[in-house]
Amino acid sequence: MIEVGLTHFLVISAALFSFGIYGVVTRKNAVMVLMGVELILNAANINFVAFARYGNFGLNGQIMALFIIILAAAEAAIALAIVLNIYKTFAHVNIDEIDNLKE
Amino acid sequence: MSEILLINLSILILFLPLAGFGVVILFGKRFSKLYLFEQGIITLAFILSVIVAVVKLSSYVNQDILFAFTWIDFGNVPMLGELKIDLGIKLDNLTVIMLFVVNLISMLVHHYSVEYMKGDAKYNRYFAYLGIFTFSMLGIVLTDNILMMYIFWELVGLSSYLLIGFWFEKDSASDAGKKAFIVNRVGDIGMFIGILILFATYQTFSFDAIYEKISMGIIPFDSGAWLTAAGILLFMGAVGKSAQFPLHVWLPDAMEGPTPVSALIHAATMVAAGVYLVARIFVMLTADAMLVIAVVGAFTSFIAASIALTQNDIKKVLAYSTVSQLGYMIMSLGVGAYAFAFFHLVTHAFFKACLFLGSGSVIHAMHHEQDIQKMGGLRRKMPLTYLSFLISTLAISGIPLTSGFLSKDGILAGTLAFGSLTGHWLIPIFGFTVAMMTAFYMFRLVILTFHGEPTDKHKFDHAHESPRLMVYPLVLLAVLSIFIWYTPNPLAPNQGWFLSSWVKTPQTVVPQDLRFEFMQSTETGTGIVHSEMYEHAMHWAHYPAMILSVILAGLGILLAFMMYQWKKISPDKFAEKVKPLYNLSLNKWYIDEIYQSTFINGTLILSNFLAWFDNTIIDGIVNGSATVTRLFSRISGWFDNYVVDGFVNFTAFFSGFIGLSFRRIQTGKVQTYIVFVIFSVLILIILL
Repeated sequence: MIEVGLTHFLVISAALFSFGIYGVVTRKNAVMVLMGVELILNAANINFVAFARYGNFGLNGQIMALFIIILAAAEAAIALAIVLNIYKTFAHVNIDEIDNLKE
Repeated sequence: MSEILLINLSILILFLPLAGFGVVILFGKRFSKLYLFEQGIITLAFILSVIVAVVKLSSYVNQDILFAFTWIDFGNVPMLGELKIDLGIKLDNLTVIMLFVVNLISMLVHHYSVEYMKGDAKYNRYFAYLGIFTFSMLGIVLTDNILMMYIFWELVGLSSYLLIGFWFEKDSASDAGKKAFIVNRVGDIGMFIGILILFATYQTFSFDAIYEKISMGIIPFDSGAWLTAAGILLFMGAVGKSAQFPLHVWLPDAMEGPTPVSALIHAATMVAAGVYLVARIFVMLTADAMLVIAVVGAFTSFIAASIALTQNDIKKVLAYSTVSQLGYMIMSLGVGAYAFAFFHLVTHAFFKACLFLGSGSVIHAMHHEQDIQKMGGLRRKMPLTYLSFLISTLAISGIPLTSGFLSKDGILAGTLAFGSLTGHWLIPIFGFTVAMMTAFYMFRLVILTFHGEPTDKHKFDHAHESPRLMVYPLVLLAVLSIFIWYTPNPLAPNQGWFLSSWVKTPQTVVPQDLRFEFMQSTETGTGIVHSEMYEHAMHWAHYPAMILSVILAGLGILLAFMMYQWKKISPDKFAEKVKPLYNLSLNKWYIDEIYQSTFINGTLILSNFLAWFDNTIIDGIVNGSATVTRLFSRISGWFDNYVVDGFVNFTAFFSGFIGLSFRRIQTGKVQTYIVFVIFSVLILIILL
């Protein structure tokens, strides 16, 4: 039985971060991109908590994780509102085609 | 009358004509009657000069009155010591006599001109010019130093230029003015160098101070040659002003001026200035300098008299006779007959002014006809002019009972004495020949003008005696040409007050070995006699000179009557016999032509060469450098256009190219950017 240690958490976190990045970069749908961002944030959360658990930082890591959750909620609320407005304007949420500011 | 009053009066006399000039030249255009102011001024100056002359000659006859002030004080000059320039006035007998003569002639000419110049467009300006001329001449007369003399000397040159060229609308008149001015300049350069030699040696301009130092044995550069040179260089000024050979050419041309001006300039004042200068520097002349002066004077009088023989213009004859008589005075100074030279200066001033004014009267009557071949018989129409003209002619010919006889005889005796003492017999020979020629050409003039039958009937019928204002100067001057004003004995000028008490030969200051042997001064009971040896020689020469000169003058007159009055000898046939000599005289010894072909053409050739040099070489250099500059600018322009601009354009093009190629990265897709960010971060991490 392998004892679960810091490395396992970090591997999970890295994998989650990579999935998040992959989602952000490859998805065309704005909602899917937002979901990628959520994954990245949560990867960071896992890192914070893991380091808090195995490191000597007191409760700093947990506090920071709570901040990030709040931040993610706020971000999701605002970002979804923007996506809704994009949908209202363009009738789709394909971010490849939303390049009106270009040139 | 005190001395200081005399000085003040003479300063007043000096500046009165200047005031007249200033007022008339400034306001003459507005007030046409302003010339009367100038008339009044000059008359006042004349009256004052009579007072000054009378007082000086009666109360201070053996005493000079001096007045000097410091003009510029340089303080202590390194290498030279104390240096200052004094100006001043010196009243001696010479000065007051000249003061009288100049003012008298000037006044008479002023009065005469009122009628003569009537109707001239520049009437007032004419009188203004007469004023400044009189001022300049008085300045020369009054000064006690050679610097002031030089200043007024040049002022005389300027005002004579203005007067000679008064009718400058005529090319000949403006040319004559320029000629007079330029020829005078040649002499003045010599005079200026002479002044500089004296000033460099003595650090003073005052005549008396210079002579005192010479008599103490201080001479320029310790060399007698330099003293001689100084004397001859100063004499060069006189050569120019007094129209001596070789600078006499301006005077005959100056007859282009109004005739009264000729009387003023060419009888009593400007030309007399040269003689006056030589008289002033007489005491510092060395033997060599005196010999040069005597020879120049003798040659001038001969050459001018020989030219006067054949001239047909009434004023030209008088002009050459003036040159000839000035030569006499210069020659007289050169041979040491100082007093007689000055005496002749005064007597000549009167009778020559009379002759010029008389000729003006004739020209006026004949409506500006000047050719004596076209006159004749005027005696009946103009009796007063004729009479005064005749008396003056007798005076200039040296006929007894006239003033000219006294002075001329003295000069001829002086030359004879000089010949006997030094062996230079050529000078008296010239002198006596000139005496004969003078009598001949003057009577030729009188006979052709006044005697015989009129040749131009029309002009003769319109001729008339001149107005009273023109005749009275003639009469007055003719009266002054009679012996009685100068001496009670018409045969012995020495006994007169003029020579026995007023004008005496001054004591020479030149060191013993540099002066003529006979110039020894000796004290006698009656004062300093200039040279006993010379006096003896003069005494010995007195009667032979008198007899010879009267005989020669008589012969000349006789010849003139034979040729022109009684027509016993035909002048034309006589001229035919001596054709080369006649042509020489008629063409004025070709001197003008010689000057034309040497100096004037030489100057022209030089100027042409310089113009060519300017046009070709200098302009070539300038144009060449312009061409080179243009070439360079073209190269630099090309460089700018292609290299510099090319570089700049290339930079712009390159930037554009880079921009275009990098533009593709800016897709506007957030995801692409994120990929970039991630890869960059990855690279950074790997690198770190």
